[in-house]
Amino acid sequence: MKAIFTKERLPIIATSLVCIAIYVAAGLKFEGFFSLRVFLNFLTDNAFLGITAVGVTFVILSGGIDLSVGSMVGCTGIMTAVLIQNKHLHPALAIATVLLFGLLLGCGHGLLIQKFNLPPFLVTLAGLFLARGLGLWISKESVQIDHPFFSALAGIKISLPNGASLPISAILFLVVLVAGIVLAKQTRFGRTVYAIGGNESSAMLMGLSVGKTKIWIYALSGFCSALAGVVYTIYTSSGNALSGTGLELDAIAAVVIGGTLLSGGYGSVFGSFLGVLILAMIQTAINFDGSLSSWWTRIAIGTLLLIFMLLQKGIEVSARRTSKKAGH
Amino acid sequence: MAELLQLRNIQKSFPGVKALDGVSFTVRAGEVHALMGENGAGKSTLIKVMTGVHTLDSGEILLEGKPIQIKSPQDAVSQGISTVYQEVNLVPNLSLAENICLGRESAGFTGIKWKEVKERAERAMARLGLNVDVRRPLGSFSIAIQQMAAIARALDVDAKVLVLDEPTSSLDRDEVKQLFEAITKLKNEGMGIVFVTHFLDQVYAVSDHITVLRNGNNVGDAPIDQLPRLELVSMMIGRDASALESERVAKDPIQSTSFIETQDMGHSGSVEGVNFTIGSGEVLGLAGLLGSGRTETVRLLYGIDSANHGELKIDGRSASGHKTSKAIASGFGLCPEDRKLEGILPDLSVRENLTIVLQARQGWFRKLSRSKQDEIVQVFIDSLRIKTASPETPIKNLSGGNQQKVILARWLAANPRLLLLDEPTRGIDVGAKFEISALIEKLRKEGMAFVFVSSELEEVVRSCTKIAVMRDRKMVGMLTGEEASEEKVMSMIAGGEA
Ligand SMILES: Nc1ncnc2c1ncn2[C@@H]1O[C@H](COP(=O)(O)OP(=O)(O)OP(=O)(O)O)[C@@H](O)[C@H]1O
Ligand SMILES: [Mg+2]
Repeated sequence: MKAIFTKERLPIIATSLVCIAIYVAAGLKFEGFFSLRVFLNFLTDNAFLGITAVGVTFVILSGGIDLSVGSMVGCTGIMTAVLIQNKHLHPALAIATVLLFGLLLGCGHGLLIQKFNLPPFLVTLAGLFLARGLGLWISKESVQIDHPFFSALAGIKISLPNGASLPISAILFLVVLVAGIVLAKQTRFGRTVYAIGGNESSAMLMGLSVGKTKIWIYALSGFCSALAGVVYTIYTSSGNALSGTGLELDAIAAVVIGGTLLSGGYGSVFGSFLGVLILAMIQTAINFDGSLSSWWTRIAIGTLLLIFMLLQKGIEVSARRTSKKAGH
Repeated sequence: MAELLQLRNIQKSFPGVKALDGVSFTVRAGEVHALMGENGAGKSTLIKVMTGVHTLDSGEILLEGKPIQIKSPQDAVSQGISTVYQEVNLVPNLSLAENICLGRESAGFTGIKWKEVKERAERAMARLGLNVDVRRPLGSFSIAIQQMAAIARALDVDAKVLVLDEPTSSLDRDEVKQLFEAITKLKNEGMGIVFVTHFLDQVYAVSDHITVLRNGNNVGDAPIDQLPRLELVSMMIGRDASALESERVAKDPIQSTSFIETQDMGHSGSVEGVNFTIGSGEVLGLAGLLGSGRTETVRLLYGIDSANHGELKIDGRSASGHKTSKAIASGFGLCPEDRKLEGILPDLSVRENLTIVLQARQGWFRKLSRSKQDEIVQVFIDSLRIKTASPETPIKNLSGGNQQKVILARWLAANPRLLLLDEPTRGIDVGAKFEISALIEKLRKEGMAFVFVSSELEEVVRSCTKIAVMRDRKMVGMLTGEEASEEKVMSMIAGGEA
């Protein structure tokens, strides 16, 4: 038991408890909330947010920030649609192209941040404007996708008992999630990300490849947001340059609620998954209620964020106290 | 002996400073090579040049006779140069085990093998005689353990050259002994070891060869047996060292009433049975091994932790619920142990770092005039011989020892009623230590009171009017006057009743 309830795990435990509390409370209040179908909808409806959040988690763990992910979703979404619909590219090729595009744009962020020592906030803010502008330049109108291969792709699902099923977007989300967890916990890349977040100059002096890792972190985030854009087009069967507006903030909220410190070094990918789930449950509960307006979602998220920030601060302070006291 | 690593005619300048001016340095296989010099002489810079942190302006580096380029610390490691830098450079958020193995963990198909990482780290720490829970985050350990972890990390690779920049600055005797055993073993296996320290005893205990730097120049290079101590110090400071060894001044006790009194003060689990009085003009030394409760006592006095048994009296009144804010209001100051974390404001200038406490005490709205600031700063730059390009240089550009001098000066300048000094001379060179002792003596005579914590017994005995000896988180005795000798303190620390 002692090993489970350590100081470092407290945020994730708190998040889990909140997650369970909301789930149970909503389940008791609303009939049908406990059904498997509703739960799977959390995943399906928020797959693009979840995939983005996985990428953003790495960025934040390293002590950086990526504001461009929301516009990336819009930009890659409209790109996919236009490539398939207007340029008659095969969907598989179109998807590969936009994924590469996301990866390269992320790489670009990383290079600027790394080589010229520019602040991530500003570099990715520029990326936010560029990607959104590029998307709107490609097409202001939303573009419907109508292609047999694409429809087949969108139709892929895993059937589960009781008529429930896991559609492709939820599958992709889970795959990215597991890959993210493994990447963070079990690989040198992942551990280097934590080290950079802990203390970048120390990480460098320890002989870790800080520069390369930082570039890859942003490339990863770019790739994840591009994949999220693709998932969004699959989910809506269309591309829209304005989709994903403000998504970067939802993603950051999910990551922070999930227990990752904005200053880097502490947190986990699984925590971000819980963060996404919490956001999804609040939204769904408010939809179930019917009488509450949608802005209640925002109010609930805001309140939760405040609570989590205070919690993290408390942990930080008490951890500092005990670490000093531990002395030897 | 075969030449392992050769540096020839190295030049390195920073804006406004020529840190290395044509330095040559050779490490041979199977030797411990001490690199000596005053604070700011260029030792760390030389090390950073040979490990790829700084690029050299000119000169060449040869490894086993072949010219090489070292592009980054990572590159240095891969070419066989393993380093412990002056400040502990590990990451606090990861476990001690990871800090030792990071970047070279054994990994299989399922990724990093955590069990192996843990065992490897335990072995590496055990080699240095330490048995700790390596799963705990590094930041939760004392600086001494962190320093040992950094050393363990450096020893954990197959290196040809091992570079240690002041690895012993926060270690105590036992840990130093363990380290030296490990070093000697590696040396006998043919490794070349570069060792920087300001402790002369340690130099003579392990080194085979000494290179001395002064102001970025080579001033000496000799086998250890050809360079006696006094000559070494003279070489380092560039003047006759015998002047330094001023005889121990008899400390005329100042007649003063004590304003601090503790009765059996303690904090469960950290320190117990603290009994002493402090009056103006007194320097109370806290002697003991690391972890004996010295820092904890200082923390109680400064109100960072509050005593939960016994009593602390300030000016005759019981200070229950003692807090840092109250300590400050009573005129206490604390010069903390960990300068990197709690001391320096890295991007501010030397002047700003030095005057900040004085300014704070004066109140933020009564600004110290610039000329007053400049005057104070100049006084300390001269009296402590702080080596800086100018008072406006950011403090992070100073050498480690010079940063420490600035932090100390910050508190001396504030002239508190009681100044708590926790390892104030960490990383400070021999010459400057004497100057600091002299300055403390001067301020003491003017009526300031000090609590002085240091692992260096000689220094405690030299500076203090009385010495509280701590052992196993308890105060075990108080020595005053003639009694306060090194031998006596040692035997009390060791547990033999004196
Ligand atoms: N990054 C830097 N920028 C500017 N000046 C620097 C920098 N690093 C070192 N210096 C200067 O170079 C000189 C040599 O510093 P160095 O750190 O090598 O001294 P050191 O011999 O290691 O001293 P210490 O015993 O105090 O550690 C000092 O005058 C210092 O101010
Ligand atoms: Mg140095």
